[in-house]
Amino acid sequence: MKYKPIRKVVSGNYAAAYAAKHARVEVVAAYPITPQTSIIEKIAEFISNGEVENLQYVPVESEHSAMAACIGASAAGARAFTATSAQGLALMHEMLHWASGARLPIVMVDVNRAMAPPWSVWDDQTDSLAQRDTGWMQFYAENNQEVYDGVLMAFKVAETVNLPAMVVESAFILSHTYDIVEMIPQELVDEFLPPRKPLYTLTDFDNPIAVGSLGGPNDYYEFRYKIEKAMDDARKVIKEVGKEFGEMFGRDYRQMIELYRTDDADFVFMGMGSLMGTVKQAVDVLREEGYKVGAAKVRWFRPFPKDELYELAKNVEGIAVLDRNFSFGQEGILFNEAKGVLYNTNAHPIIKNYIVGLGGRDFTVNDVKKIAENMKAIIEKGELDVEVDWYHLKR
Amino acid sequence: MEIPENVKKRLSIPAEEHFYAGHTACQGCGASLGLRYVLKAYGKKTIFAIPACCSTIIAGPWPYSALNANLFHTAFETTGAVIGGIEAALKAKGYKVKGEDGIMVVGWAGDGGTADIGLQALSGFLERGHDAVYIMYDNEAYMNTGIQRSSSTPYGAWTTNTPGGKMHFLEKRNKKKVIDIVIAHDIPYAATASVAYPEDFIRKLKKAQKIPGPSFIQLFAPCPTGWRSPTDKSIELARLAVQTAYFPLFEYENGKYKINMPSTKKEPKPIEEFLKLQGRFKYMTKEDVEILQQWVIHEWEKLKKLAEVFG
Ligand SMILES: Cc1ncc(C[n+]2csc(CCOP(=O)(O)OP(=O)(O)O)c2C)c(N)n1
Ligand code: SF4
Repeated sequence: MKYKPIRKVVSGNYAAAYAAKHARVEVVAAYPITPQTSIIEKIAEFISNGEVENLQYVPVESEHSAMAACIGASAAGARAFTATSAQGLALMHEMLHWASGARLPIVMVDVNRAMAPPWSVWDDQTDSLAQRDTGWMQFYAENNQEVYDGVLMAFKVAETVNLPAMVVESAFILSHTYDIVEMIPQELVDEFLPPRKPLYTLTDFDNPIAVGSLGGPNDYYEFRYKIEKAMDDARKVIKEVGKEFGEMFGRDYRQMIELYRTDDADFVFMGMGSLMGTVKQAVDVLREEGYKVGAAKVRWFRPFPKDELYELAKNVEGIAVLDRNFSFGQEGILFNEAKGVLYNTNAHPIIKNYIVGLGGRDFTVNDVKKIAENMKAIIEKGELDVEVDWYHLKR
Repeated sequence: MEIPENVKKRLSIPAEEHFYAGHTACQGCGASLGLRYVLKAYGKKTIFAIPACCSTIIAGPWPYSALNANLFHTAFETTGAVIGGIEAALKAKGYKVKGEDGIMVVGWAGDGGTADIGLQALSGFLERGHDAVYIMYDNEAYMNTGIQRSSSTPYGAWTTNTPGGKMHFLEKRNKKKVIDIVIAHDIPYAATASVAYPEDFIRKLKKAQKIPGPSFIQLFAPCPTGWRSPTDKSIELARLAVQTAYFPLFEYENGKYKINMPSTKKEPKPIEEFLKLQGRFKYMTKEDVEILQQWVIHEWEKLKKLAEVFG
């Protein structure tokens, strides 16, 4: 590493707040919800301590307005940031479409929290995954370091392709758990992430523009295509930015699916977010016990890393997809996506869906071991027992 | 068109046009006139936010715009929040906002987008004290979706979801007093205005420009399509609304009320004069008219009292 990182012991939420600060965000509009609250509290503290310049903090009256205010701010050329969770994200839903449709590179941290009812403040990915069709990019962080790095990279990617991006961390497991995070000196962040160059701005009064007006059947279709084109371009940009980040700061993010000990693996566990930390640990244990297993951590869910999944699937006999989320009437969402990608290819490993950890249910190394045993048996037999396994269900 | 200097001097409102011909409003549309006056008052150094409403259509489809100013079309309920965000961004970037030479950030929303679905965002905007102007053009129903009631629709009005009929299923509630809700936020400046009185409207816009903090103007804007009124009667209707004290013009400035029109000395004209030109009131019975008249007088007396005590 060519620089001296600043090591701080911080929660996932504070990592997010520091990243926003280091990204020199200009407008933050946010509304509190557990477990996101300490992100915006920390940002307010930066302001009250005089640690940031030119940061306008808009304490809005709802999440819907938080996103609307970020949209206004971003359209006026500012670098805008917000954070939310679960019900708050659901309330924003309509505005998420406005952000991507207006091609505004807003970055938001979503703290994955289960949706009510019943009320729950614990981890569950359904809130963010339910936003998958809004045109937002989605990055899932495994640990606090990835929350910090993710926010910085998200801004760079978002401002390159002109689409908004969500950095997702899990409730409490990351949001409120303290860990060492290596932060980057401001000058280097500035070098990595220069001031935003907006696609358009509402402040050119000699060449006024109208954004977001009516698009008839003759035009609307092309607007959609352009969003998809930007998403597709984002795959390349993400890899470049991830590589650049690695070269500058020592942590390489060029893989959209991070592969862990998969080279000679018979089968792999695939999932997203903090549960993959547990999985990697379990892989080490299982390897000791003679299992040839690996872990595939999906970092970017949107755009979906199709090619990387295919490359992985070609070389394994089985994939256990661990979904801390569910799409009712169907199956786990990552499972659903993965199957969809592989159908038209010649890579057809046995692929099974394990629904785990919903609403903060504990998911441990032992659980991964049990899943490994089950996967091994299935692969040996050559057929699935069940396709979707509600793993923790009290029967 | 070039306007000679001597003529310009005689004009009581700015000669400059920043609202283009070829916009897509109906004939006699009060809202479109309102937009034209706002642009005359503020000029092109203005950023508009317009939510879903007739004005979305009036401003025109992509890639056109009838406004010679920057315009962000936004979601129905977000006007207050979006102008708050725009203002925050301008400040973060070091622009001068409001005042004589500052950028004007203007929220332009209908009564539905203001009194109903957007009330929360409006409240947030007012309470946080953004330097921007929120203008509610009041055509007393949801026109863009085909004339449904809003909470600003008056008692006795026909709309497509209060159609009258055999069961006399008409609007049964009095018009929501949005301006009173606004004033309750203790903002520096709020006013009512009417497209029938452009000088008064522009004066109020200019005042709102000078006073720091959030300002609110409720503009009475007839809609011949929704009111079932002749297209050449819009100004007359807007004037009658004032003369009958149905929509009195007043200002609220730093705790003080001032009535601009109608005269507090004269008796207001009977409400029938306002009602009879419009098809939307044709299902009203004599008793209905009386109920509405009572409400108008009651509100008018209340306003006079406020002006007397807090004048
Ligand atoms: C969330 C949402 N709900 C409903 C609509 C449909 N909608 C569009 S405009 C409108 C009515 C607008 O009425 P108003 O604000 O009074 O303005 P006007 O059309 O009368 O000018 C409605 C209901 C919408 N765009 N968004
Ligand atoms: S329906 Fe009414 S408000 Fe809408 S454009 Fe026509 S006249 Fe104007």
